[in-house]
Amino acid sequence: MNSKPPFLESTPPDALRLEQALSLLVQSGQGAPAGVQGSTPWLQSLIDALCDLSSRDGLTGLANRRNFENAIARESDRVARSGEPALLLMLDIDHFKRFNDQHGHVAGDLVIKAVAAALSATVRPMDLVARFGGEEFAIILPNCPPAFGSAVAERIRERVEKRAISLVSGQQLGCTISIGGAYAPQWVRSTPSVWMERADLQLYRAKSEGRNRTCLEPTPVSVVSAEEKGLLFASSIFGEDLS
Amino acid sequence: MSSAVAPGRRARITAITSGKGGVGKTFLSANLATALARQGEKVLVLDADLGLANLDVVLNLHPKVTLHDVFTGKATLEEAILPAPGGFSVLLAGSGLVEYSRLTPHVREQLVDIIGRVAPRFDRILLDTGAGISDVVLHAISLADDVLVIATPEPTSMTDAYATIKLLATQQGRRAIRVVVNQVSVAGEGRTIRNQLQLVVDRFVVPHLNGGSGEAVALELQGEIPTDPAVREAVQRRALLLEKLPGSRAALAVVGIAARMAA
Repeated sequence: MNSKPPFLESTPPDALRLEQALSLLVQSGQGAPAGVQGSTPWLQSLIDALCDLSSRDGLTGLANRRNFENAIARESDRVARSGEPALLLMLDIDHFKRFNDQHGHVAGDLVIKAVAAALSATVRPMDLVARFGGEEFAIILPNCPPAFGSAVAERIRERVEKRAISLVSGQQLGCTISIGGAYAPQWVRSTPSVWMERADLQLYRAKSEGRNRTCLEPTPVSVVSAEEKGLLFASSIFGEDLS
Repeated sequence: MSSAVAPGRRARITAITSGKGGVGKTFLSANLATALARQGEKVLVLDADLGLANLDVVLNLHPKVTLHDVFTGKATLEEAILPAPGGFSVLLAGSGLVEYSRLTPHVREQLVDIIGRVAPRFDRILLDTGAGISDVVLHAISLADDVLVIATPEPTSMTDAYATIKLLATQQGRRAIRVVVNQVSVAGEGRTIRNQLQLVVDRFVVPHLNGGSGEAVALELQGEIPTDPAVREAVQRRALLLEKLPGSRAALAVVGIAARMAA
């Protein structure tokens, strides 16, 4: 085969093996890097393209989970230092299983791609949209003032709701999402997992309150509800002392 | 101040907080520090109640140099670390520093810096935080290895202690929180209150952690301090209870708490 560049022809065991990397890039649609093959700038472009590929979700092109986990660790550290407000949204497509069951997995993939496109189109360039897994997504919104949090989340929800998804058959589908959100604790040393846990809890709330809605963690979380007080003072400890 | 602590070592940092004010937080910090010092620990009490400090009042100290002077570069850290009557050291905020009652990035950095510099020189640092659960308090607590929440049997104090515990579990991921119950009138009341707090935490907080994975939040009772006229007497004389009335029931209770903390 003449198409092989000369440096790829006979590779000793300790040489660079680039064929597989190149075919991965071509397969992903990125194509081979430009420049003189084998040159340092060409190799750097190749490495950059591979890094990019390894940080993206194959189906949607969004940040993948690994990328997201790096980003959220960095962001929670940044918020702990700077005190800037940062919002984390966790999103889930409502009744996604029904799309797969009723229209097949290809339609399911189309729905996921459509939601991904709607999310990317609705947020600022500085925000990170990630496919968290399956039909779950996450968005990190740095420097998002608490006063705007609900409006932002609601806008994202509406954008997805309004978007029509066309199947190959010509049939049009619609889908909705549920969104849960929480702000990173400012100036407080905490962990990304605690932040995610809080946003996830709100997503769970949005689901259980009927889906196609947004629930943000009410601030402050230090509010003690009447139910909690009821249980706190339920026992006989005060009855005995105060009677 | 010479640093007698071996290199590489770092103090265990314990935040003392309460939610509600006036439940004996500063009283406990000062007397606990005395008891820990008597056990052989090198202890520093850092007045992290930056806006409304009163450790100096409890200890009857009239500091010429405070944290404020260190923050503003008027004094060195060494000059601000003062010996206290109970055999421990204190770093006082100086009262009325309203500008520090809000957690600006500047204040935050300063506090982190100060703690980083004093930590290698002591075995134990007690952070006496302000009342309430403001961002200053939460920030100070987040710098600590463990947290001790002090409450009294008063319903308002219990509610605020619970709110604090809830916030620490949900926002800081704390899974173990120490509890001291002050001003108990019947022996065993501390245990009852701890159990009641644990019950509410298990019911309303734990199910929401890690998506309901069942991860526990353990409230560890460190002790109860009985209502004791000796406390009032010591406070009015602006003296340490452990020095003035070491045989009093409240003093013995504090010694017991210190022993449990060191264990």
